Amino acid sequence: MGLVTPARLRFPEPLPLASGGMLADYELVYETYGTLNADASNAVLVCHALSGSHHVAGYHSEDDKRPGWWEHHVGPGKSLDSRRFFIVACNNLGSCFGSTGPASINPATGRAYGPDFPMVTVADWVASQARLADRLGIRKWAAVVGGSLGGMQALQWAIDYPDRIAHAIIIAAAPKLTAQNIAFNEVARQAILTDPDFHEGRFYDHATEPRRGLRIARMLGHITYLSDDIMREKFGRDLRSGKLNFDYQVAFQIESYLRHQADSFVGRFDANTYLLMTKALDYFDPAGVAGDNLAAALAPVRADTLVLAFTSDWRFAPARSREIVKALHDNDLNVSYAEITASHGHDAFLMPIPRYVDILTAYMDRVFAGLSP
Amino acid sequence: MMPARIDFRIIGDWIRPGSRVLDLGCGDGSLLAYLARSKGASGYGLEIDDTHVGECIKRGVNVIQTDLDAGLSEFDEGSFDYVVLSLTLQAVRYPDRLLREMLRVGTEGIVTFPNFGHWRTRWQLGVLGRMPVSTALPHEWYNTPNIHLCTLRDFASLCEREGIEVLESQVVDHAHRRRLALRLLPNLLGEIALYRFRRARLP
Repeated sequence: MGLVTPARLRFPEPLPLASGGMLADYELVYETYGTLNADASNAVLVCHALSGSHHVAGYHSEDDKRPGWWEHHVGPGKSLDSRRFFIVACNNLGSCFGSTGPASINPATGRAYGPDFPMVTVADWVASQARLADRLGIRKWAAVVGGSLGGMQALQWAIDYPDRIAHAIIIAAAPKLTAQNIAFNEVARQAILTDPDFHEGRFYDHATEPRRGLRIARMLGHITYLSDDIMREKFGRDLRSGKLNFDYQVAFQIESYLRHQADSFVGRFDANTYLLMTKALDYFDPAGVAGDNLAAALAPVRADTLVLAFTSDWRFAPARSREIVKALHDNDLNVSYAEITASHGHDAFLMPIPRYVDILTAYMDRVFAGLSP
Repeated sequence: MMPARIDFRIIGDWIRPGSRVLDLGCGDGSLLAYLARSKGASGYGLEIDDTHVGECIKRGVNVIQTDLDAGLSEFDEGSFDYVVLSLTLQAVRYPDRLLREMLRVGTEGIVTFPNFGHWRTRWQLGVLGRMPVSTALPHEWYNTPNIHLCTLRDFASLCEREGIEVLESQVVDHAHRRRLALRLLPNLLGEIALYRFRRARLP
């Protein structure tokens, strides 16, 4: 994708939130790739997952070490082809990558929001993204695409704005979290909340951050992102120094991997954001407002949908995607579902797996063919 | 455009315009695409094969990747006007259960299968003593996916046992032609059998 520059927009009109709260004034940071066509019909929104951002593809500078998180799938000639589509990626509210979040200054107090930042939900994000679409002159998305928590946003888009989305592409997602999913999130939150450096979420005022808690949360997360098979394949019981040391330093390669993931997460990610994102996941349940009937919750949907799942994903297993598929076909909607064989676990949605790329490309060809001339 | 296969045309002639169709083992989606084009039909294909699923998506046919042997439990009763099982009956684990399932989720069922009673099949097995291999059944015994082969008579008797009323049937030869001789001796000369059926009304 080459060099890209994020943009920023301020929204002075208050955003009412699902919690009953309100965000008086906020900013959204976003990136775009490609060009919006004359009738603004070729816009595609990419929604990010828990630790993602608006930086989907390309590099921010010449010496940027890593490209955006979905570089494999977004760019010229890629599945989401920036020569055909105007691709928009927005950093969600509450995040720590530029959009208004817990680390931003609360205009009411002049201090960082910290724990006062209101809880935001998937529906709140979608409402804020709709305002971004308004400002960019996009009345209707050709497609809204996302993996994991991003896929949940694509589904919420289809429910909340049926006339503003032509296609939803929901990858490695679920219609709601299971007790087991919530349990993992709760352990991650407890690690942060009980870290002495958390200071009730006001760690910014103490010039510190709950590094230990955030590290443990991230390590736990990474265990759920990988499958048992890929862990065995990548690390097995390999020893870092070739022998047992009989101490509590790193002995196994998997320990080294988790510590490395944890180290690279702290300093780059905000603990309050982690708490908030995991809560947004836990609370996501569109069927909850429809008597626990997902088909009834999806009754307003008009979009055509592609649902993709990965065989070894146990965080959001294929069976969870099938629940979405069923609710869509119960409504006689156009839906296709493919189960991609992959050993990577939940992380597979980030990978350039050939069959995954082929199916995404084929589907986006259909989206492109359906654009108004 | 290539003229449609005769089995597609027969199925197309059987279904009412604008029908909701579920195609079990839909392959590359060409039947559903044909029915959408010629009859304004809509619905879904179920398919297990990776390549076929990709072809359906390319074609713009709704496809759900699934194993038919796992059943149709995710579909509610009476969701479709027709449930089609085209050249797949012989490859499923429980043909009898699947027929029952077809008539649970659909008002009518349409099944096509290679007729094991065809004279060439009988010749190969009965006279030559070899497992039959033909255009309709191209596999060897050791690599065939076809584990539940039957003849027209076998299928008719299963329908009777299951309380299934056959509404229409046809046979075609391997070139998918319909000829007079086929009508006279269907179980001997028909290579592909096509049936349309529904649950028999209680007397």
